[in-house]
Amino acid sequence: MGILEVKGVNKRFGGLQALGDVNLSVQENTVHAIIGPNGAGKSTLLNVLVGKLIPDSGSVMFDGQSVLGRKPHEIAQMGISRVFQTPEIFSDLTVMENVLIPCFAKRDGAFRMHGIESVADEKGLNEQAEMMLDEVKMLDKRHMTASSMSRGDKRRLEMAMCLVQEPRLLLLDEPTAGMARADTENTILLLKDIRTKRGITMAIIEHDMNVVFSLADRITVLAQGMPLVEDTPDKIKNHPKVREAYLGEAQV
Amino acid sequence: MLGLNSRDFKLFIIVCIMALVAPVLLNPFPTESALGQSFNAGYPALMQRFVIFGILAIGFNILFGLTGFLSFGHAAFLGIGSYAAVWMFKLLSYNVVPAIILSVVVAGLFAVVIGYVSLRRSGIYFSILTLAFAQMAYQLAYSVLTPLTNGETGLQVYNGDPQILMSAGDPTVPHFFGITMNGQTQLDLGGWSFTFQNGYYLAAIFLIASFYLSIRIFRSPMGLMLRAIKSNQTRMSYVGLNTKPYMLAAFVISGMYAGLAGGLLAAMDPLTGAERMFWTASGEIVVMSILGGVGTLIGPVLGAGLIKYLENIVSKINDGILHNWFAFMPDWMDNLFVTLIHPFIGKGWHLTLGLLFMAVVIFLPGGLVQGGQKIMDMFSRNKNTDAKDGAKTPAE
Ligand SMILES: Nc1ncnc2c1ncn2[C@@H]1O[C@H](COP(=O)(O)OP(=O)(O)O)[C@@H](O)[C@H]1O
Ligand SMILES: [Mg+2]
Repeated sequence: MGILEVKGVNKRFGGLQALGDVNLSVQENTVHAIIGPNGAGKSTLLNVLVGKLIPDSGSVMFDGQSVLGRKPHEIAQMGISRVFQTPEIFSDLTVMENVLIPCFAKRDGAFRMHGIESVADEKGLNEQAEMMLDEVKMLDKRHMTASSMSRGDKRRLEMAMCLVQEPRLLLLDEPTAGMARADTENTILLLKDIRTKRGITMAIIEHDMNVVFSLADRITVLAQGMPLVEDTPDKIKNHPKVREAYLGEAQV
Repeated sequence: MLGLNSRDFKLFIIVCIMALVAPVLLNPFPTESALGQSFNAGYPALMQRFVIFGILAIGFNILFGLTGFLSFGHAAFLGIGSYAAVWMFKLLSYNVVPAIILSVVVAGLFAVVIGYVSLRRSGIYFSILTLAFAQMAYQLAYSVLTPLTNGETGLQVYNGDPQILMSAGDPTVPHFFGITMNGQTQLDLGGWSFTFQNGYYLAAIFLIASFYLSIRIFRSPMGLMLRAIKSNQTRMSYVGLNTKPYMLAAFVISGMYAGLAGGLLAAMDPLTGAERMFWTASGEIVVMSILGGVGTLIGPVLGAGLIKYLENIVSKINDGILHNWFAFMPDWMDNLFVTLIHPFIGKGWHLTLGLLFMAVVIFLPGGLVQGGQKIMDMFSRNKNTDAKDGAKTPAE
């Protein structure tokens, strides 16, 4: 049994079958990549996992519990974190505050009435947030407003916000999209580091094959909402169906 | 100090001092002088309004300033607070303590219900829902619930009222354990005269406490969460936070502040009417916040003060006073100026307010607080450039 078990998930948007009978099993402490051409349904699948969308049929089990029908904040509290395709951060707040908020959420749960205590007095959480920012090399920017960050920094910040919660499953939706080469390299290093140091299970959507093949333990190929194959990176590289449906097209 | 960082503590001390010496500060001109007659604001009835509407604006800012949810019906809680307080006067006694407690509690209860329903929507729909609730409250108070509100006449204390806790020697006006609200001490110094009124000081102490609490909320984890809601609700839920209870808490706290303000209004003058809940009153609260500076600590208090000042001072100026000011000019010039200014004074004070509001929104979207910051920046920049110029004259 994987930590995440997706079985027979269907999702239609009007006439469009965005997900058709998708099965996916992510094992604990592995990196599972989901690849496929644009519009294959990859983001839709993540939306189902985090409770943003409710599938028409199928089941999604996380750590033995059903995810379906739960609100996004409940699913997040179960230990699923998500990095979005376009970073979702608190643009008006400082970098430090962006990382502090998930720290509070992790410690205090979905809601706590704490209107009199001072954020500055939470030494433990402040330290935790600073260590996290140090790890993603953004500590020097902690007093800056998040909206003033570069695209690469915004992505790194969002990743820090997820990591600081030590999620049991980290979902990444194209974490290197739109990044400069050097930033992509840094992100790969960061993700590898997370993997070895923290052993966080990851499901990653990625277009950059370098990233995929250097990180993933297993790869699922989606095309038009259907899982085409699921296998190890080596097998996938040489799979004729995949070359035809996806890699071939990318290499032209 | 007091659990505040040094900057906040300074601001808090400034507010304390201002509130406590307002009767002196607001009477800068000799009482009998022309300027004193027109511009002195240090009389109890007006100062009470400064602090009470300051409390209202501080509370409104906890909702609107932090979360960005614009309630367009906040005056309803003010009105509810006033009714609750007057009922306490009628049923128990003229002691303001039960009246003020009940006004806060009842406004809080209404806020739970109205907030719960209104917060199912956000943005303009939330605003419309709160407006609808407030207008419903107004209509109910005005015509339907007359046994509770005394309708058009307004609710007041009558001789036949139970007042079960009243004993023989008790004052027959609102009082704090015997200290009457309208009791005052007058201090005459040369041409100046200053009035220190008990009621004003009670309200001022509540203002100070309200302001202190609002600083604490702003700097608390909850304040952080509320600002996060304003910034990105999607991210809030994906880090595992439930935005609903946070929003409701902010709404209820802010409704309780309004209830307190309503209770204090009744404590100063033990009668109330439905017009306190009319939508224009709610709109005025929004204008106060924006004028002063949304989301800043001190802004709403400044905004409330400015509006109440204009309302009471500019509306008192008439053509006769203007002619007095311009008496030194040739007649034709005097008349010209009076004709030009006439639309902006007296009943025209709304025009003045409107123009001021537009100017602030266009040129100072951060309100008076931003204006103040700009002025400070200008001074410090001048200093900096002076220093730099002195240092490197030869090079350039
Ligand atoms: N909320 C939605 N409403 C309607 N159609 C959608 C919605 N979300 C995604 N789709 C459609 O579903 C298909 C899969 O989209 P998506 O999951 O974003 O693909 P990708 O694999 O590129 O991430 C696309 O054709 C997209 O237009
Ligand atoms: Mg996508």
